[in-house]
Amino acid sequence: MVLLEGRPAFRGLAVEGQRKDPKHQKTGLSKMKKFVLSLLATAAMAAPVLAADAKPAIIYDLGGKFDKSFNEAAFHGAEKFTKETGTKFREFEISNDAQREQALRKFAKDGDNPIVTAGFSWTEAITKVAAEFPKTQFVVIDTVVKAPNVKSIVFKEQEGSYLAGVMAAMAAKSGTVGFVGGMDIPLIHRFACGYAGGVKSVKADAKVLQAYTGSDPSAWNDPVKGGEITKSQISQGADVVYHAAGGTGVGVLQAAADAGKLGIGVDSNQNGLQPGKVLTSMMKRVDVAVYNSFMDGKKGEFKAGVDVLGLKEKGVDVAMDDNNKKLVTPEMEAAVKKAREDIESGKVQVHDYMTDEKCPY
Amino acid sequence: MDTNTIVVLLQSTIRVSVPLILTALAGLYAERSGVVDIGLEGKMLAAAFAGAATAAVTGSAITGIGAAMLVSVAFSLVHGYASISQRGDQIVSGTAINFIAAGATVILGQAWFAQGGRTPALSADARLSTYKLPGADAVRDVPVLGPIYSDLLSGHYLLTYFAFAMVPITWWVLYRTRFGLRLRAVGENPGAVDTAGISVVRMRYLAVICGGMLCGLAGAYLSMALANGFVKNMSAGRGFIALAALVFANWKPKNILITCLLFGFLDALSIYSQNADLPIMGSIPDQAIQALPYVLTVILLAGFIGKASPPKASGVPYVKER
Repeated sequence: MVLLEGRPAFRGLAVEGQRKDPKHQKTGLSKMKKFVLSLLATAAMAAPVLAADAKPAIIYDLGGKFDKSFNEAAFHGAEKFTKETGTKFREFEISNDAQREQALRKFAKDGDNPIVTAGFSWTEAITKVAAEFPKTQFVVIDTVVKAPNVKSIVFKEQEGSYLAGVMAAMAAKSGTVGFVGGMDIPLIHRFACGYAGGVKSVKADAKVLQAYTGSDPSAWNDPVKGGEITKSQISQGADVVYHAAGGTGVGVLQAAADAGKLGIGVDSNQNGLQPGKVLTSMMKRVDVAVYNSFMDGKKGEFKAGVDVLGLKEKGVDVAMDDNNKKLVTPEMEAAVKKAREDIESGKVQVHDYMTDEKCPY
Repeated sequence: MDTNTIVVLLQSTIRVSVPLILTALAGLYAERSGVVDIGLEGKMLAAAFAGAATAAVTGSAITGIGAAMLVSVAFSLVHGYASISQRGDQIVSGTAINFIAAGATVILGQAWFAQGGRTPALSADARLSTYKLPGADAVRDVPVLGPIYSDLLSGHYLLTYFAFAMVPITWWVLYRTRFGLRLRAVGENPGAVDTAGISVVRMRYLAVICGGMLCGLAGAYLSMALANGFVKNMSAGRGFIALAALVFANWKPKNILITCLLFGFLDALSIYSQNADLPIMGSIPDQAIQALPYVLTVILLAGFIGKASPPKASGVPYVKER
């Protein structure tokens, strides 16, 4: 979508460039140069210069729209909205951090409403731009921004991860399970901590190996390193490896499947990536969050504030489908059911790593 | 730390060093001929994409490798045309290649496969397969030597063995053949080579083509062996680490092998150390280990350990008449 819409935009830019600068029209070569230059300029800014009427809009994070994970889930939610209402939405994939504010401002200026941004890295950009456009409604997922026109949606990843941990502990014969995180940030530790909690609730002496791919955004897109970490954990006895690593996770699930072990997917339902080799996926219903935000915007029911979606609110869950049917034993299902009830009733409080940056499990 | 742990660490070292070795050797050919090549990263990325895309469509690993090498050589020729024929700035041309590769792979991938710049997962046939050395299973139970032979040396991809074989082959080519002598001479004193009646331009083109082929193999190894398909920006700076290795190795094949294994080992160690405490060192932040290759290279360049002596004419376009 972005690509298709982007094309006429740079064509326009090129034509404009020639018109403004008659000198350059003399030779074919300089025209060509000008064209290439404007191409480059467009590529550099990846300008969201798309003429459009006011629509709900979504901006994805660096992982990209089709990361089979977080951003893709967001896209599916937006798509569902369009299918049901017929209202189209605008979207943009940023390719570097500098584009965050630029894209937000552009969408806000065009009158798009509400504007949903997917990803925890949006905090600063939203804080700034939301103040500039007080009439526009912004929704930010995975982080909290306090402003009168911003709604923040966060998930209790620890609860979903806890269920994944329960399943992992029951599937791992060795008593050792692994966790591969993407970028080493508190949010991802929250997944790890909930997972460890779930594992230990089943087997108190189980070992949870934890590793992170890196400390910069490239850690979300390095399946080779993800695979390498997984192999390392498997060699240390891990039977099940859970990842919260975006695109890197593709390599994690692959390496686990290659070694005849099990992987656990994240964000979207990734059970189908390696059918029969993915125990389950910890689904974060980003799609539901996006869908509801768009709907609220359409109906004019937008409310600023913080929404926390946990198991109870169906914001997180573990995926069960045909691909993992054979892996899930009746005992496992019963254990998950029990854990879910305990968490929903408040009997079990899964620790949130981000409250104190510590994991008690 | 028992034998098993060491074997696991070294196995991982070998796996992650292979793309470094191939890419650093690619850089060696180019730079020894006087063409600085910082486009290694981009070529590897483009090759990874071409290999995975072709293998996904045709279902054949060999075709994939062929396509990877072809694309990488094509990029090398662009770099060659800009920096050898047109005498442009080699750094600028190399940087441009990195940018083009980063952008083009995602755009083409999205246009062809509509999976966000990703290529479809490869079937078993389209992926490179591992190769077991003869007798690997038989000797597995022999203490110490058994695991070393059957786990460490056996069971790698053919490309891995090829990469290691390329090191002595490159040494032999550079130091024992007429082609190698001319190649080195072109990088040191192109004027003298020209006076001897040998075409500087031709030698440099041959060198960048050699580099292109090796880089292509490195890319194919990433997307078709280590991973199972292309993911955007999957080279993740490995081309730059290889470049650092090339400098650290002082542009010598044997040193390249050692340096790449060292850098690979640090990578493996940083992964291992996250899961378990290391003996002696205990737990050190893995970021510290990850940064070591760059830190070491900078220290070397600053002249604290040894001295970096690049080919004299490296980075200088050759102008025949003044």
